[in-house]
Amino acid sequence: MDTSPSKKLVEMRDIVKSFPGVLANDHVNFTLYRGEIHALLGENGAGKTTLMNILYGLYRPDEGKILVRGKPVKIGSPADALHLGIGMVHQHFKLIPPHTVVENVILGLKSPRFKLDVGRAAHEISDLASRYGWKINPFARIWQLSAGEKQMVEILKVLYHGADILILDEPTSVLTPQETRGLFESLKKMREEGKGIVFITHKLEEVFAVGNRVTVMRKGRVVATMSMEKATREELARLMVGRPVLFRLEKESVEPGRPVLQLEDVHALGEKGVPALRGITLIVREREVLGIAGVTGNGQLELAEVATGLRKVTHGRVVVDGVDVTNKGPRAFIEKGIAYIPAERQREGLVIGMNVAENLVLRYYRYEPFSRRAVINWRMVDENAEKLVRKFEIVTPNVRETTRHLSGGNQQKVVVARELGGRPGGKTPRLVVAMYPTRGLDVGATEYVRKTLLRYREMGSAIFLVSEDLEEIFQLSDRIAVIFEGQIMGVVRPSETSYEEVGLMMAGAKRLEEIPA
Amino acid sequence: MGAEVVAVGVEWLGAFLSSTVQAGTVLLLAALGETYAERSGILNLGVEGMMIVGAAFSYLITLATGNDLLAILVAMGMATLLALIHAVISISFRLNQIVSGLAITLFGLGLSGYLTFPDVRVGILRAINPSLPMSMAYRQSTPKLPDISIPLLSQIPVIGPAFFRQNAIIYASYVLTVLLWWFLFKTRPGLNIRSVGENPAMADSLGINVYLIRYVATLLGGALAGLAGAFLFIGYQPFWVEGMTAGRGFVALALVIFAAWSPLRVMAGAYLFGGVEALQFRLQVLGYGTTAPQFLLMLPYVTTIIVLVALSYEMIRKKIGVPAALAIPYAREE
Repeated sequence: MDTSPSKKLVEMRDIVKSFPGVLANDHVNFTLYRGEIHALLGENGAGKTTLMNILYGLYRPDEGKILVRGKPVKIGSPADALHLGIGMVHQHFKLIPPHTVVENVILGLKSPRFKLDVGRAAHEISDLASRYGWKINPFARIWQLSAGEKQMVEILKVLYHGADILILDEPTSVLTPQETRGLFESLKKMREEGKGIVFITHKLEEVFAVGNRVTVMRKGRVVATMSMEKATREELARLMVGRPVLFRLEKESVEPGRPVLQLEDVHALGEKGVPALRGITLIVREREVLGIAGVTGNGQLELAEVATGLRKVTHGRVVVDGVDVTNKGPRAFIEKGIAYIPAERQREGLVIGMNVAENLVLRYYRYEPFSRRAVINWRMVDENAEKLVRKFEIVTPNVRETTRHLSGGNQQKVVVARELGGRPGGKTPRLVVAMYPTRGLDVGATEYVRKTLLRYREMGSAIFLVSEDLEEIFQLSDRIAVIFEGQIMGVVRPSETSYEEVGLMMAGAKRLEEIPA
Repeated sequence: MGAEVVAVGVEWLGAFLSSTVQAGTVLLLAALGETYAERSGILNLGVEGMMIVGAAFSYLITLATGNDLLAILVAMGMATLLALIHAVISISFRLNQIVSGLAITLFGLGLSGYLTFPDVRVGILRAINPSLPMSMAYRQSTPKLPDISIPLLSQIPVIGPAFFRQNAIIYASYVLTVLLWWFLFKTRPGLNIRSVGENPAMADSLGINVYLIRYVATLLGGALAGLAGAFLFIGYQPFWVEGMTAGRGFVALALVIFAAWSPLRVMAGAYLFGGVEALQFRLQVLGYGTTAPQFLLMLPYVTTIIVLVALSYEMIRKKIGVPAALAIPYAREE
């Protein structure tokens, strides 16, 4: 590949972009050459999409310079970007479902100015499509198309607007393996024509399948840029997940007890009705933390919801303490003593406009002693709240304070207190499903939540921990199950594995033959 | 004997169709404007208020000056002014469009009643035309807009007189319907309007001015509601009665949904609903019971509810293309 300066299409220098509380891009440098497919690899939240959204004019950088074809530019909007020949295809399609393919493709163009020549545009679009081996009916409406076809339309739209710098954000996440192969062939053809393509992904396979060069990002920084000839799977996996310093938590070794949760060949659909879980078999035992590692969006949410009875399974069995509770509904799970710390505390974990005492009984308010024959005993509710506030060190002026006014850490403590300590009669939960329990928390609150989870493990609860933080998974888990595209790639013990191995499994590049339950 | 019955029947049918077109045109004009507003994502429940203000001003101006064209223009201008209020509230201030629209309807009904209250009216009329005789100022009616027969076309039996022996506004409505349909579906500004109503964020990102398009569409909606009001008074029932729109603005709103946001279907629906109104008058004249009219008048709303139920199915929504961003204010993020 020719990397002479004259072949530089895009150069981004020292890009800094922060959002409230997050430094999404920390002095990032990135160069794209003519005729290359440049893979941008990293975990969710590494800052890949932010960087490309800056190039596409959706965000303005706080600092840094952008040069396109050697000239410094200011990109204020996607319209500016398209004008510079930069087009982006997002993970979530930006198409108008009731409109036709042609109407979507020509939207925003400056000519023809008034009367549309739909026939001619349709002809040109068909020609463009066939150049890359695609077939599309220009008069079909978007809602009639498959996900793969919609993506085709997105790419055609960008090309039709005259872009020669193409940014694709996780383009294969909606495609079948056949469609993916087809896409790769088309991209290679575009590369031969001298276009520059940025390919955002977290899958190692794809980097090796289409990339010429790869830039790895982690926590807002570029950790490496290299040509594919020099890259190895192991090294990329290590760069992607990092090798952080482990500070050891006090963790008593306890012998796991009887199985609490058993998932047997569980299949379930995701939000959009597509299969999200495809044959999951897992067991969580008393006094054990099972960590679920994976890149966000590979079925973790669905798995947590299946384990708490919130999501129906389409196939397979869910057994709690030996009783089949498959599709019995969340109340059956609550009554079996299953607690849930959801991913979004403000949306799912709390009723943000209610006070601390009310939030602390939300899961169990219908049971004695909190209520009797549908009448709530507010004295008991307050007593319960006072007790939990003290026990879980929740900082609040009083139990009647609205949870909206609490800090993020204390809000999370309210959720943790209710789920772990809120069971009537002082019983510990049988199973705690914890979804990103420390996300967005400061160091102190993070440590508190982790320690609390371990304390309940020692008291006999089974802990099912979903986290995108590998460090957390390694520290807390007794066993780690790695999920990729709705399947378990392997179950390993933290002491017998490495970040590299787990990273490879997270990226779908490795699968253990034998998966111990 | 038989031939006479046929002749009477044909005559009745002709008259019925003619008043169907007239009643339908009131709805057609208002609904065409609302179609544009809604296609751009703005729901305007102020149509009724804009219509009655248009009707009131066309009454006042024709009475004072006898100039129909001036009356029409003032009516449209005043209704556009009300639409501007709605546009500022719902586009610039991004407040609740339903509340704003209903407030404008109530305001318009009140304002029109006040301006045409005899004492107030006389003052206004005298201000516009000091030489107006006092007896004129107390008139409730003005001459109706003259009918114009289109040569040849008006000779077609039954249909000819119904569609081609009408007044100028009705002819204008034919042209307007086709023009607005063509503009919406065959031109780039039309595509931009539709896209803004579907996904304003995306349209904005492609350099389309969302605010401008929404303002223009909302103001056009107001102007056409004003025209509908003017037509109601000078072209259909030139006798001023307070609140004479009698809910037609809401029928027009229902019609937009019934017609699934297409100007051509709006026309068909307008004549269907207009026919219901005409039929109801005719049945009363023929002395059929007193309850039947109410049932007939419910028909537009009942059919609209049926359409709404159908629209609750995702598949049908997609096929018909309910503007996805309807009544949702747009704010650019950053």
